[in-house]
Amino acid sequence: MEDSVPTDEELVTAIREGGTEALESLVTRYEKRIYNLAYRMLGNREDAEDVLQDTFLNVVRSIDGFKSRSSFSTWLYRVAANAALTRLRQRSKRDKSEGEFLDQVYSVQEAAHAQSRLVDWSNRPAERLLDGEARQVMDEAISELPEIYRVVFVLRDVEGLPASEVAEVLGLSIPAVKSRLHRERLYLRSKLSDYFTGGSA
Amino acid sequence: MDCREIFEGLSDYIDEELADKTCREIENHLKDCYNCRVVVNTLRQTVTLYQETPSEELPGDVRMRLHKVIRLQEKHG
Repeated sequence: MEDSVPTDEELVTAIREGGTEALESLVTRYEKRIYNLAYRMLGNREDAEDVLQDTFLNVVRSIDGFKSRSSFSTWLYRVAANAALTRLRQRSKRDKSEGEFLDQVYSVQEAAHAQSRLVDWSNRPAERLLDGEARQVMDEAISELPEIYRVVFVLRDVEGLPASEVAEVLGLSIPAVKSRLHRERLYLRSKLSDYFTGGSA
Repeated sequence: MDCREIFEGLSDYIDEELADKTCREIENHLKDCYNCRVVVNTLRQTVTLYQETPSEELPGDVRMRLHKVIRLQEKHG
C-alpha cells in the first residue's frame, strides 16, 4: 500500500472511531496556524494559549457534530474565531465602538481628498518598514480594531483565506466581509501613514 | 469616477477582484490623481507588510500543554 498523507476528513473519521493518533496528527497539522490566529487576535501569549486550548478542546467535544457540508478547516477556523471572540469579550478593556472606529476611517478618507499632497512612504527601504519599532506600531494598530473587524483582518490578511471562506467561517455575506476588510485596511493604512510620515498623511 | 467612488473599490482593486471595466476606470482616474495613487500605493504596502509578518512561533511548552489537556479530555471526555 502506498504511504499517503491522510486528508483532514479521513482523520476526522478515524477520530470518531476513537483513533488517538489521528487526533494527534490533526492537532499537529493545525496548531501553529491556530496559535498564530489567536496571537494576532489577542496580542499576547497567555490569551493565545487559552484560545488554542479552547479551540481544540471544543473540536474534541463536538467532532461528532461536524458535518462535512463545509471543509474541516473552515469548521476549525469557525471554532477558533469564536473562541478568540469569546476571550476578547471577557477582557475588561472596552473595544473602540464601531461608530468611533468608522468616524475615524471617514475622517481619514476626507483628509485624503483634501488639497494637500499626500506623502508616499510605500517605496521606503524594507529595513525601515520592517524594523522593530514599525512592528510595534503595526501590532498596536491591530489592537485598536473593533473585534468584528479584527477577526476579518486576521482571517483574510494574516491567514490568507479567500473572502468567500472568511464569509463562511463567520456566517457573513461576501459583501459584508469585503466592506469590513476595506474599512480595517484603510484604518491600518492611516495608522502606518501617521507613523512613517510623522502624522502628515 | 471621482475620488470618493474610487476609494470604495480600492481593496477589491489591489486584491484584483474587480471586473475589467471597473479596473480600467480606476486606472484612468489614477493616472490623473496623485493623492489617489498615493492611497493605492500605501494601502497595498500596508496589506503586504501585514501579510509578510512572520507567524508567531508556537512555543514548545505551549504545545506540550496543549497535547496534554487534549489527552486528558479524551480520557475523561
